[in-house]
Amino acid sequence: MSLKYIGEILPALFNGATMTLSIFFWTIILATPLGILVSLGEMSKIKPIKWLVNFYVWIMRGTPLLLQLIFVFYGLPIIHIVFPRYQAALLAFVLNYAAYFAEIFRGGFQSIDKGQFEAAKVLRLNRWQTMTQIVIPQVIKIVLPSIGNEVINLVKDSSLVYVIGLGDLLRAGNVAMARDVTLIPLVLVGVIYLLLISICAFVLKKLEKYFSYYR
Amino acid sequence: MLEVKNLYKEFNNRPILKDISFTLKDGEIMTIVGPSGAGKTTLLRIIAGLETKDSGEILIDSQAYDSGKVGVVFQDYNLFPNLNVLQNITLAPTMVLKESKEEANKKAYELLNRLQMNGREKQYPYELSGGQKQRVAIARALAMKPRILCYDEPTSALDPNLRKEVEKMILGLKKSGLTQLIITHDLQFAENVADQMLKVQPLSEG
Repeated sequence: MSLKYIGEILPALFNGATMTLSIFFWTIILATPLGILVSLGEMSKIKPIKWLVNFYVWIMRGTPLLLQLIFVFYGLPIIHIVFPRYQAALLAFVLNYAAYFAEIFRGGFQSIDKGQFEAAKVLRLNRWQTMTQIVIPQVIKIVLPSIGNEVINLVKDSSLVYVIGLGDLLRAGNVAMARDVTLIPLVLVGVIYLLLISICAFVLKKLEKYFSYYR
Repeated sequence: MLEVKNLYKEFNNRPILKDISFTLKDGEIMTIVGPSGAGKTTLLRIIAGLETKDSGEILIDSQAYDSGKVGVVFQDYNLFPNLNVLQNITLAPTMVLKESKEEANKKAYELLNRLQMNGREKQYPYELSGGQKQRVAIARALAMKPRILCYDEPTSALDPNLRKEVEKMILGLKKSGLTQLIITHDLQFAENVADQMLKVQPLSEG
């Protein structure tokens, strides 16, 4: 294994890693608030909203993400809905992950003691103040470990964008392997994924520690 | 002054409270006693605005009822675990009454002082004992300047030897002019603090 060869293919791999990271960050940034909204929909007293949202979560969790990706990018153009590759990938990831996040947030919201809402009510805090000052901070602490799991899954799931031809980290490694007939690129790809996930795990641990100031 | 007239409440066609009437004068303490299932807590929840009544009237200072005039100390206190003692007390005054942070803090320190809780401002609820949590819950309620402070079973979650402490505290608050309404099943305690006692009994079914 020559260092020179590694030096030659690393730029291409890093280039692919930026695509991986871009999908990763945008999915988290967009799917988290959407997931909170969907979880509120799941708990809504308005039946049609509840049904609609439950149906959405059922579809997203009940079918493979790979199918959803193919559906959005290769399927929808058949009925004249065309997304560019990157947007198609992001749409599929955000919709899919929001559904998982929603289930986690729903569990978090439901584990908040009813007494917290009653205490807020007799203190005349309005719904917004109750949510932002009391409920959501407690929910974040509760859901953090589960969200962390999903976040780590997301790093790896992002490699699925390969099938719609986006140049992510896995694709960069695969191209180099096929061209140079060597295992080294794939090993490096694995190392880079490990590195990304270790950083994620480290940040998550720090976050959990931050929230341990109360019980 | 709190006036309750012919209060009636039912759950699923089963009457829980019937013909409840009383007047609680300013600065006095009223205890509501009775066995569990007698609707004591329901009565408190209606007065606190957490439950609706089916019929009857509630007046505060001869005016239409306004839940903002009633403070509540819950049985298990319901402090906000993510906020420290000071933040628990100042949250509502700053957000609802729009007091400045300095003003709210100053008042909170005074309240904690009065309740012998000084020095604990920066602690979180999980670091406090039951009795201390109760004092914080009282301070949090008083910071909203209620006309009446209601307690749900203030002695039930505490060590028996702390009962005297609670009595002293409640009588101390009375001296400062506070009107208090206390739900309890502890008769001895109720007699020791009450100016007026209301006994409620479970309503027979049918």
